[in-house]
Amino acid sequence: MDASALIRAAVTEPCLPWPRHILAQAEWAQMAEALADEPTPALLALWADTAHVHALLYDEAAGEPLLASTRIEAGLYPALSPNRPLSAWFERMVQDLWGHTAAGGADQRPWLDHGHWPQAHPMALRPDDLRGRSEPPEFLPVADDDLDQIPLGPIHGGIEPASHLRLTGRGESIARLEARLGYTHKGTLALIRGKSPRAAARFAARLSGEATVAHAIAFAQATEAALQAEPPPRAVALRAVMAEMERIAGHLGALGAVGKAAGFCELPARCGYHREALHRAANLAFGHRLMMDCVIPGGVAADVAPNGPDAVLGALADLAKDLLELEHLYERGPLARWLSGIGIVSASQASRFAAGGVTGRAAGRDFDARRFPGYGPYGLLALSVPVLAAGDADARTRLRLAEIGESIRLLRALLDALPPGPVSIPLPADSGEGVGFAESARGDVWHWLRLDHGQIASVFMRDPGWAHWALFEAIAPCARMADLPLIQASFDLASSGVDL
Amino acid sequence: MSILGRIARTLREGPAAEPPAPVDRETAASLAGRLEAAAQVRLGRSLAISHIDAGSCGGCEIEVRALTNVIHDLERYGLTFVASPRHADVLLVTGPLTRNLVDAVEQAWTATPDPKFVVAVGDCAVDGGVFKGSYAIAGGVGTTLPVDLLISGCPPTPERILAGLRALLEANARS
Repeated sequence: MDASALIRAAVTEPCLPWPRHILAQAEWAQMAEALADEPTPALLALWADTAHVHALLYDEAAGEPLLASTRIEAGLYPALSPNRPLSAWFERMVQDLWGHTAAGGADQRPWLDHGHWPQAHPMALRPDDLRGRSEPPEFLPVADDDLDQIPLGPIHGGIEPASHLRLTGRGESIARLEARLGYTHKGTLALIRGKSPRAAARFAARLSGEATVAHAIAFAQATEAALQAEPPPRAVALRAVMAEMERIAGHLGALGAVGKAAGFCELPARCGYHREALHRAANLAFGHRLMMDCVIPGGVAADVAPNGPDAVLGALADLAKDLLELEHLYERGPLARWLSGIGIVSASQASRFAAGGVTGRAAGRDFDARRFPGYGPYGLLALSVPVLAAGDADARTRLRLAEIGESIRLLRALLDALPPGPVSIPLPADSGEGVGFAESARGDVWHWLRLDHGQIASVFMRDPGWAHWALFEAIAPCARMADLPLIQASFDLASSGVDL
Repeated sequence: MSILGRIARTLREGPAAEPPAPVDRETAASLAGRLEAAAQVRLGRSLAISHIDAGSCGGCEIEVRALTNVIHDLERYGLTFVASPRHADVLLVTGPLTRNLVDAVEQAWTATPDPKFVVAVGDCAVDGGVFKGSYAIAGGVGTTLPVDLLISGCPPTPERILAGLRALLEANARS
């Protein structure tokens, strides 16, 4: 039996819209072994609570996510990392936060816990007073000791998120790139526990600033699914307006960063101009430049301002006029040639890591969370999702340009026909369990939570960055040292969403 | 639009950069008092800024980066971002100062040549913001570094950050 069938055969706990399957440890171990035979289901996330470990997988063939859990026995659960390499970072995170050990895990080094917290295992039932020991960090050994090591970070030269990259190589060739993250770990999951969904939404909105709307939508949807509440149609449409504005802003930012990394100043100048116009329109329409805290469980915080739609359409008209020129600037300038053929993600890597966003779609993985039935108003808008096969930095950049055009079209259609009515509903203080998701500019975000009489008992928020950092590590040995900043910019990597 | 068209538009409409807003006199005056003893001799009328991420969600970075766009055009005020604390007069710090970054932030401060200013940007950098009380944060940049200027907001708008930085510049020049 394959892994998906093993999970589906297990008993279920009620969770909406997809049930959560409870596997005995022996069944979980069997499932972990069965993962070796097939690239699907891909692992999206692995997390825990005080008694269980949970996995969110994606069955590419059925186009459906799968939730599986198993009980921790004597502090252990069978690891998934031998057959799903991405699981190693999650297993190390689970070890650091909850103290559950992945038996047979591919990597047992600390991840988020750098040895500076007052307690070890802060999410465990009884946190340990002993501090973790992980400074100085231990990096993977490299066979040839004739190679140079280059440490980069955690503080970088630009206006960049904190992360550490350890490069091993000689001259232009790279033998290994290892990322050490966790620097921006803020204890978000622990802060959310015990709060009401409305209070907790502020933390979801601050998991990753560039995807504040997307995370807030996924969190709100998970809450609404758990409580079987339906947000009003006007709120659903306004959420989509905010999400598409955030997508354009994110893509403009990433395009600007690629131009900057290449020393090609006109692209960042143009993109920065339009991005600023968009943030100002967002401020007029929704009262916040980044639309932070504008999406809440039950709907949206406030209706769009009366002059808001015109402000947004004005900024879009300006951008639409310039978009063709931006494309020419990219294609006819030197940038397209520089980016062609570097930082290649293969189709099998994209599906093995379940790479979301343009990173996956540039490598032929035709996945966009906006296409899930019943998600947002996209079903009525004939959403078109461009996909390319080359998988290189050039393909990722082209897709960003193409998606800006599509988002402009969606926004015009949405603002042209905003449904009337209220923008939020009150939520009952009930119990339940739900999953929510959204497509951010970087890729799909997934939130899971369990409510106990209106309070959050357990939660996890999965940012697309988990897969992107891992892919960046995986492809670096094929790159030249000098191309690395360009490749990194084309991935649009950020650490806060992954550091939790 | 052709190059000529663009030149014509610039001649007709002027540059995209907005006229600068007036500097907040009160902030400038209070800073001037505090910095009197040291500043002018040390720095003059331009400041090199190094950005330090002390655990930010990335929201403040969006607004700090916006300072460099053509609309806000930071450099016309004599304010420049530099790539290393070693080249900086000002450390512009965002984020609640996570415990995992305390060492790195201290090292960056030590590497910055005297005289130097520390500017805490955003509610998190001011006092931990929404993350107050978490086991994973030190709780604001001030817990580790001597902070000269606090700019609150989640995130503060580019205008607000700019106003703070220009007040710093002004105070620095006057004293």
